[in-house]
Parts: sequence; structure tokens; C-alpha cells
Amino acid sequence: MSELMDLYQEVILDHNKHPRNFGQIEHADHCAHGDNPLCGDQLTLYLKMDGNRVAEVRFEGQGCAISTASASILTEVVQGKTLEQVESLFESFHELLTGDPSVVAEVGPELGKLAVFAGVREFPVRVKCATLAWHTLKAAIADEDAAATTE
Amino acid sequence: MPELDEVKQADSASAAEHPFEVERIRQDFPALTLSVHGQPLVYLDNAASTQKPVSVLDAVDRCYREYYSNVHRGVHHLSQKATDAYEEARRKVQGFVGASRAEEIVFVRGATEGINLVASTFGRSRVKAGDEVLITEMEHHSNIVPWQMLCEQTGATLRVAPIDDRGEVILEEYEKLLNDRTRIAAIVHISNALGTINPVSRMVEMAHSRDVPVLVDGAQAAPHALVDVEALGCDFFVCSGHKMFGPTGIGALYGRWDLLSTMPPYQGGGEMIRSVTFTKTEYAEPPARFEAGTPNIAGAIGMGAAVDYLQGIGLETIGRYELGLLEYATSALSAIPGVRLIGTAAHRASVVSFTIDGAHPHDVGTILDREGIAVRAGHHCAQPVMDHFGVPATVRASLAFYNQRQEIDRLVSGVEKVKEIFN
Repeated sequence: MSELMDLYQEVILDHNKHPRNFGQIEHADHCAHGDNPLCGDQLTLYLKMDGNRVAEVRFEGQGCAISTASASILTEVVQGKTLEQVESLFESFHELLTGDPSVVAEVGPELGKLAVFAGVREFPVRVKCATLAWHTLKAAIADEDAAATTE
Repeated sequence: MPELDEVKQADSASAAEHPFEVERIRQDFPALTLSVHGQPLVYLDNAASTQKPVSVLDAVDRCYREYYSNVHRGVHHLSQKATDAYEEARRKVQGFVGASRAEEIVFVRGATEGINLVASTFGRSRVKAGDEVLITEMEHHSNIVPWQMLCEQTGATLRVAPIDDRGEVILEEYEKLLNDRTRIAAIVHISNALGTINPVSRMVEMAHSRDVPVLVDGAQAAPHALVDVEALGCDFFVCSGHKMFGPTGIGALYGRWDLLSTMPPYQGGGEMIRSVTFTKTEYAEPPARFEAGTPNIAGAIGMGAAVDYLQGIGLETIGRYELGLLEYATSALSAIPGVRLIGTAAHRASVVSFTIDGAHPHDVGTILDREGIAVRAGHHCAQPVMDHFGVPATVRASLAFYNQRQEIDRLVSGVEKVKEIFN
């Protein structure tokens, strides 16, 4: 039961119930759709850039508590970050979910709010739920690169 | 709860006439003694796959240890023994589904392959551009996608008979959709997502009055109900070994002889031929025509043992016991505030599909798992059904005759725990 409590922390349950930055961005610079065909979670992520920095991220869709809370918290933590910082944050986040616990202790502090997802580590099948929004964000960013190349 | 009491009384009355000792039955299934996360396993994912009795495990084991060889090929002793056992298994399945000839039973990998076989061979030879294939809205993906593929290849159109909000096929619509362009109808006997038991013989009659042959997807029916293809009147019937307490990778297709014998082969290879030269190959008669390559010999023998096991208990006894359990589960779950049952057809078997307000099925699945309860959370390979009910997924508890009321009680406590966490 304690593992369940670690997974479903108050912060996660709160973001699930009241997702932040939920909705579309009109005239978004980029948007990407992500889904997890196994469980039917799906979300669309809208991204507005200010140069190399993330100006705003919003999302909509439906999913489990872990994927919804992860998307909601993502929209908060990446705001104002450069693309490099976003990339490094995702790496640390991924490490938190799947990596060696001793390494996680080192990367812990920079994760800030994302640390509430540490409990997901005990539930390997739920890692995909926690990372869905991040993969979708990466897809949105990659789409920008592709568009830039075309021009 | 008066409803529960009524069910209990009704159940104990029938139990007196037909004693069904679930505790004794459970001893036949080694997996049921497992612990999960420190709790005794409650296995309620039987619609996905069932656990195996010792008699099935032994039959497969004995095949490999005591008389294993390839079938239909050698003149030697072992080959003869293996062939006899394999063909004996075919006769067991024939008896189980009520086919009049053993040659009408084709061993396949499972219900999915059976449907693909018919869609591919019957479809290829009989379906043309402008024709129609009729299915229902409650089909499993395995009874949708093969027909979609056939329609793409031939230029035919896939028509879908709608369901109502209880999860029953709207028969008037189904009947209207049958017309002289319809080449085949494919319908599920018992829905894996809703538990609905379709009025198959009536639906077959409607189709036959238009000369439309019918394939029945019996994957969920075979482990829960007495199946009789002659009584159903269907032209094809498919089922999977692993959903009826047999091994994985084996299943059966029943095909009416006059259809089966005029269908072209499915796959080419050994076993399915009469003679081969580089200019012409003559194909064997069914069932060999559809069993190219070395078949799943031990799997078929295991499926035969599963048939023996089921018939030893009796499908009618099983159906009666499971109905009592299903009614108990339905009453108990629907009494919990915030629980919504998906699929409330008048005739249901084995499946309770539900959602809980404020909690996504995926989270429910995780929490129940920590309580040692195995359920399925997802779309159950029936996305159109989920779309119909406007939900992305459901939690599905699916029963077998080895389940007990105390397991339903633990499911109910698990659901209460979910509600505590997600209040």
C-alpha cells in the first residue's frame, strides 16, 4: 500500500483533478499529438516559442492520473526554459523513472516538482504514462526543426 | 441489499440440485494458488486468457515426453501415435462444437487466425467490388480488421450493424443491412468487452433468408456456454484454445463442409497438398488443405484435453454457476456509488465492464493489482465499443467457473480503495 501512496501522491492527484494549462493555444507555433495505444491515453500539446525559449505550453486530451498529472506538471516546469534545458530535464526525468536509484539521488535536486514521480519507478508498466507528454513535447519540437529545414 | 439475497437463494437452490464444488475445482489449477504482491491471487482476467488445469498441462507434457513425433508423415511408431492423438483431438473439438464431421474442424493458431483464414480464402473467392460484408458494432478487432483488409483488397464495403445503449445489437437494423450484395456476415457470440450474448441463431436465420453465410466468433462463448454449430446454424465458427483452459497458439475453425471443400487454400506448404509438380499442385481435401506446415501438435492435444476437462464438469453446470457469480458481481458493483456498468444487456455472460467516476481504468488496474486482483483495464481490443459508450477504456472483470464470491468481495473492497485514493 505504501508504494501506491508513493505513486499517487497528493500533488499528482491534484494535477489530475485540476490540470494546469489545459486547453489549446491559438496560433501555437507547434503542436503534436501523442498516444499510448496500449491504454488509450491521448493528448495534444501546443507550444509557443520565444526565440530558443519555451514561452507557453498547453495541453488537452484524456488519460490516466499519471499521464494527466505528468502533462500538467510539464507545462509548468518547461515554461521559460531553453530547448537545451528542456532536453536535459527530460533526460533527468527519464533517469528518475527508470535509472539506478543512487544516480537519481544526484540528479534529484534539479528535477524540482518532477520528483513527485519517483514512485513510478516501482510500477514499470506506468513509465510510459509518465513520459507520454514528454515524448509528445519532443515531437512538437522536432516538428519545428523539420519546418525550419524546409524553409 | 435484497437483490443480493435473492441471487444467493436462487443460487443455493440450483446448487442443491447440481453440486458444484468450486474449492475442489480450484485445486485443478496450479496458478490459482499464486500470491501477487503478498496477496492471494484473484484472477478476473479470464476473457483475456484462462488458467490451465493439471490435466491440460499433463497432456502437453506427455505428448512431448512419451510419444512426440511429426504427424501424418512417418510410418514409424511414434509418428503413428502422435497422428492418432492429434486426430483424436480434432474429434474432441468436433464433438465439443457439435460439428457433424471431424473434417469440418481445422486447427489454427486461434480465433484470430480462423477469421483471417475465412476472410482470406472464402473472401478472395467470393467477394468482389461492390459487394458487402456485414459485422456488428460490438466486434473484437479480430472480427473487424480481417474484413476491413478484405474490403480494401476487393473494393467491397464493410457495413456495421449498430448496438443500443445496453450493448445489444439492434436486430431491425441488422436485418435491414442484410441485402443481396451481402456476401458474408461475421458476428460475435459473446462480446468480450460487454458480455452480451447475441441471439446468434436468430441472426443466422435472418442472414440465411438472404442466402448470406455467417461466421460466428466464439472465442468468448466456447469457455462459458454450450456451443452447437448445428443448432446455431452458422456456417463458420472460430474459437481459441487458450481462452478455454487450453494452451496458447492453438484454436479451431469449424466450416460447413460444402463451403470448406470449395474454398481455396490459405497458406501453401507441406501437408496441404495431394501432389506437387512445378507446373501444377493439387490441393488436399479439408482440413489438411488449410493446415500447411507442421501444426501445433502438442497444442491441439492440449486443447483436446481442455475439451475433456470442460465436458467433465459440463458446460450447462458451468453456465449456471457462472451466471450466479455474474449476477452477484453485477449487483455488488452496481451498488457502489460512482460505479457505472458498461454493457447491461438482458443476456450476458462472464464479463462485468465498468468505470469509476474520477478514476481512470488504468489507475484502477494498478491499484487492484497491488491488492492481488488481476483485471483488464483498457479498450479490450474493441475500440468501437468504447467509442459507442463515450469512454476511452473500462475496467473489465471477467469470470470463470473457478472464481468465487469471496473474490468478488475482494474486488469490491479494491474498488472502495480506489475511491479512497481518488475520492
